[in-house]
Amino acid sequence: MPEEIVITSHPVHNLPDYESSYHSFSWQKEEQYLTGLPGNKGLNIAYEAVDRHAAGKLANTLALRCIRKDRSTRDFTYTDLQRLSARFANVLVNLGIKKGEKVFALTGRIPELYIAALGTFKVTAVFCPLFSAFGPEPVFQRLSRGDAKVLVTTRALFEKKVAPLLDRLPLLQFILLTDEEVVGNNKVLSLQGLMQAASDEFLIPATNPGDPALLHFTSGTTGMPKGALHVHHAVLTHYVTGKYVLDFQPGDIFWCTADPGWVTGTSYGIIAPLVNGITNVVDEEDFDAARWFSILEEQKVNIWYTAPTAIRRLMRMNIRPREEYKLQFLRLVGSVGEPLHAEAVLWGEEKLGLPVLDNWWQTETGGIMIANYPSLLVKPGSMGKPLPGIEAAIAEITDKDINILTAPGTQGHLVLKKGWPSMFCAYLHEDERYQKCFRGEWYITGDLAKRDADGYYWFVGRADDIIKTSGHMVGPFEVESILMEHTTVAEAAVIGKPDPVIGEMVKAFIVLKQGFTGNENVQQDIIAYARKKLGAAVAPKEIAFVSELPKTRSGKILRRLLKARELGLPEGDTSTLEQF
Amino acid sequence: MTEQAIKQTVFQLLKKIAPDTAPETLQPDDDIRHTLEIDSFDALQFVVALNENYGIEIPEEDYGKIITLRSLINYIKEKLV
Repeated sequence: MPEEIVITSHPVHNLPDYESSYHSFSWQKEEQYLTGLPGNKGLNIAYEAVDRHAAGKLANTLALRCIRKDRSTRDFTYTDLQRLSARFANVLVNLGIKKGEKVFALTGRIPELYIAALGTFKVTAVFCPLFSAFGPEPVFQRLSRGDAKVLVTTRALFEKKVAPLLDRLPLLQFILLTDEEVVGNNKVLSLQGLMQAASDEFLIPATNPGDPALLHFTSGTTGMPKGALHVHHAVLTHYVTGKYVLDFQPGDIFWCTADPGWVTGTSYGIIAPLVNGITNVVDEEDFDAARWFSILEEQKVNIWYTAPTAIRRLMRMNIRPREEYKLQFLRLVGSVGEPLHAEAVLWGEEKLGLPVLDNWWQTETGGIMIANYPSLLVKPGSMGKPLPGIEAAIAEITDKDINILTAPGTQGHLVLKKGWPSMFCAYLHEDERYQKCFRGEWYITGDLAKRDADGYYWFVGRADDIIKTSGHMVGPFEVESILMEHTTVAEAAVIGKPDPVIGEMVKAFIVLKQGFTGNENVQQDIIAYARKKLGAAVAPKEIAFVSELPKTRSGKILRRLLKARELGLPEGDTSTLEQF
Repeated sequence: MTEQAIKQTVFQLLKKIAPDTAPETLQPDDDIRHTLEIDSFDALQFVVALNENYGIEIPEEDYGKIITLRSLINYIKEKLV
């Protein structure tokens, strides 16, 4: 067991004592810190995140600072965000967008993305951000399955990834280009032009806390990506986790490095800091170790929320960060996306003077569920303890039943008791898949874990074949479907191969059609095809040619067996295997 | 080693990592990662390939100095001196 760490650097925390807070916590009590729409008209994320602050003493506080690639910045106060999101809301109303309709964004981390999200919440439409590194096929799957009506994007991304898809997307009515000054045709429009013509005042309509607000796609083992739908009430989880896990204090400067195309980048890259009334820093550029340290210094970042992939890259640097950069403002470093190894936690302690605090959650949970807290003893390598208000357990799950396992150290499924505010309310159009996630009063996360005698949770692995690469979920089926389209491929199976930097890399095993030989040219051709269709973040990084794939007698590919063989691990139960 | 020779090697290594791209169309001041749409893992593999090919070591803290084709070639030239 690695050594334990007690954090003493900042004595005043929002959660001074975990155990007593956990037992006295009530969601109802926390809800009092939200304002609610004036006139008892309900609860709207944009009002809680922006408008209520713009109407109060935080009106001129810096809400959002966007750092461009060239390091110049664009600043927005809470009042600026209120007006700009009102303009975007009016743009949507003028286009005839109604409550519940889907507004997608496919951009880098530019101001328009954040304004579009908040404006969409205001009109009670549903916002769905897409990762801009996706290739055309993942973009199509999500726009199509998500019933996209509006897409906010740039000229370059539109031409490269969306224009060729338009014939297959009959529901997509408007494309709003962020960098187009002239209004185009009836479908492709200039966002700038529309924003200028729209009013900067908008009255948020009555919003039920249970009204859908956000749609995030996540991968499954079987089938195409699922659209997890979240409601306006989720803002309560964002508020509570910002306060207790990330320990936001008045005047804090916060930097979440995640892209809003992934749920972390929306829940914590947009909503949580704003609802807590602090300053949110966004960097348009991708990972660059020296740049990141210099941003922490220049922006005087207090709270930094990043990912294991980035931390492992920083660990590769042969520097003493605290001697080379002024990091005295940094008070908390959090990590999410995949389990953080004990070495990385200890690296933080040694190099930054702060252990990196790992936490666990997923797209479906909408917010942090299990965490290490600044006031709690850290056990490096553990995901920590459940958020106050969250009941977690380890369970054995059979075909029909669920048995909660209470003995410390027992491995089982990580489950959460239903009913927290940011729990997903549906997989869009896929009720059967949604219902399968629940057993009685418990939500089955799909992760395997253990709980120790002190109540700390330890991640063991996925219960399914989903791949976690650079903190992102990749569904093997989505990748295999594209590989199968290649002229040389007869069969394909995809696994996550452990990688020291990105956690897992996508690796494909391929059976070629008769007449083709698995040489380097064919390999490169298949990789090129997959990258064009899926984008670099999803396509396989490695391909192995095999003569056959292990399958069950019913013909289902045994990916876990391929993975065990890849890792040189025992093959486990092979009683259903068709061939050895 | 001439600039042209370095450029050819860079193109070959990029093509191997991202066979869907056309590195030879890169302009001197293009952001390599952004223009070719390669992700951070690809970028890391590319640096490893450069290290192996030239027998140099490009440390993580220098990755920000090799963003464009021009800056990368200049960086390699300096390392090889």
